[in-house]
Amino acid sequence: MRRKFITFTRIVKTGVLNFVRNAWLAIAAMAVMVVTLTIVLFSLLTNATFGNTIDQITDKIDISVYLQDSVTGAERDELLDNLRDLPNVEELNYLSKDDALERYKDQNAGNQELLNAISQTDNPLPATIQIKPRDLNQIQAIKDFLSKKEVAALQTEDSPSYKDDRKAAIDKIAHATNILQRVGVGAVLLFAVISVLIIFNTIQMAIFNRRDELTIMRLLGASTWYIRGPFVVETIMYGIISALISVLLIHGMFVAASSALQASSLGLLDIAYSSEYFYDHFWLLLTMQIGVGILIGAVSSTIATRRYLKFKTTK
Amino acid sequence: MILLDRVTKTYSKIATPSLDRVSLHVEPKEFVIVVGQSGAGKTTLLRLLTREEKPSSGKIIVGGIDYDKLRDKDIPLLRRKIGVVFQDFKLLPNRTVFENVAFALEIVGMGNHEIRHTVPKVLDIVNLKGKEKRMPLELSGGERQRVAIARAIVRQPKILIADEPTGNLDPKHAWDVMRVLEKINHYGTTVLLTTHNQDIVNKLKRRVVTIQHGQIVSDRVQAEYKL
Repeated sequence: MRRKFITFTRIVKTGVLNFVRNAWLAIAAMAVMVVTLTIVLFSLLTNATFGNTIDQITDKIDISVYLQDSVTGAERDELLDNLRDLPNVEELNYLSKDDALERYKDQNAGNQELLNAISQTDNPLPATIQIKPRDLNQIQAIKDFLSKKEVAALQTEDSPSYKDDRKAAIDKIAHATNILQRVGVGAVLLFAVISVLIIFNTIQMAIFNRRDELTIMRLLGASTWYIRGPFVVETIMYGIISALISVLLIHGMFVAASSALQASSLGLLDIAYSSEYFYDHFWLLLTMQIGVGILIGAVSSTIATRRYLKFKTTK
Repeated sequence: MILLDRVTKTYSKIATPSLDRVSLHVEPKEFVIVVGQSGAGKTTLLRLLTREEKPSSGKIIVGGIDYDKLRDKDIPLLRRKIGVVFQDFKLLPNRTVFENVAFALEIVGMGNHEIRHTVPKVLDIVNLKGKEKRMPLELSGGERQRVAIARAIVRQPKILIADEPTGNLDPKHAWDVMRVLEKINHYGTTVLLTTHNQDIVNKLKRRVVTIQHGQIVSDRVQAEYKL
């Protein structure tokens, strides 16, 4: 146990020492790793942000059906039942004429003129059925139902109204998210491969510089991990440092966006939300970045050292 | 301690074997000298014992370990049991004498305190006291050879294998090295060495195994050099 601990500390110590000695070599490896990890983080953030934007917009969309004042209670209930039976209806909300008036007053509480205009006459507002659809892409079925002759007869002339009908906007965002996800995954994979290759190269150079030492270690009976360990430690350090830098870069980006640009969104990207998401999940994201960095480093150095650690197997 | 049973090593299919059905048995605490011309197969024999090479056929058992059953991950453990003095020393040029010897102990996980205690003792045995801080390049050939020996014996192996330990040394230094090897053998380590040095072989009067064209042509006790 004690020997294992001594060996472990020696491996870590040698790894750190090599890292310092190979500093210039390490910078190249770390630079590409920073790019990789920044892309990983950025794709994650945009993905979460677009998801949030779509949710928000979807939530706001509903269809308002205005009923004529002549509609009886029985007709109204039948209509409600029929609507409830439609597969794409998530939620139904019925507002009577009085409810509609209340709501109007609430919404325009600050505007005395509008309030006066209403209260001076009879309540002009129609009873309203608010329909929240389950899936925006299936909204046509509801529209079709509402435009049936017998259903249309119950409604006022301007019914139904599609409040916040931003299906087009949603489609655009969903489409952009889709592309971004693909591009993101592609870029992440591409840069992960590039950084593995560059780290691979860096370690190969480091090994080449020390090949005599490795041979001697092997001949004196050093275990595989005693030889490999320091290289793995070295690349794990690349990973940790690169992860920290990538998180700092994204942090800097948000600082710049909020102070210099004073923008809350960039095209379709809601920067306010993504920065909130970033800081809310800061430790999780940082841990994940470090995890990915360590993984890339450890995998590439383990593979790079394998060739030099093989025993002769030919007879 | 060392057992080779009809061991053959062929490096390529068309070449004649470097070792051809060699059988050798070395008892514990024995001192065996292997002689033979360059290319006779001496170094191949040693490289098989340290498992740097795998035999093409035949059986090797060293210190109770059957090489046929040896898994790759146990090779380091095997090498820790055998002390090896290489023909070209294989010292680390950028480390001091002390560090070179300590290196063998660091590998097996010995504590720093114990290392500081053990290394000077061994350097004393090989008469290198006071040269702990020298770099290998500042040493004479004989001194370097003795550093290599110190590193080979510092883990107190049961077996010491030395490939031409007097190879490039003048007679005086060669004898220094031989006396160290005899001392180690006296303490109970089995020693197997190869040499060209006729004078040394004749004066040591030990068991001499002669190899020619990959085969053992003579194996005599208390013998003199003969090819």
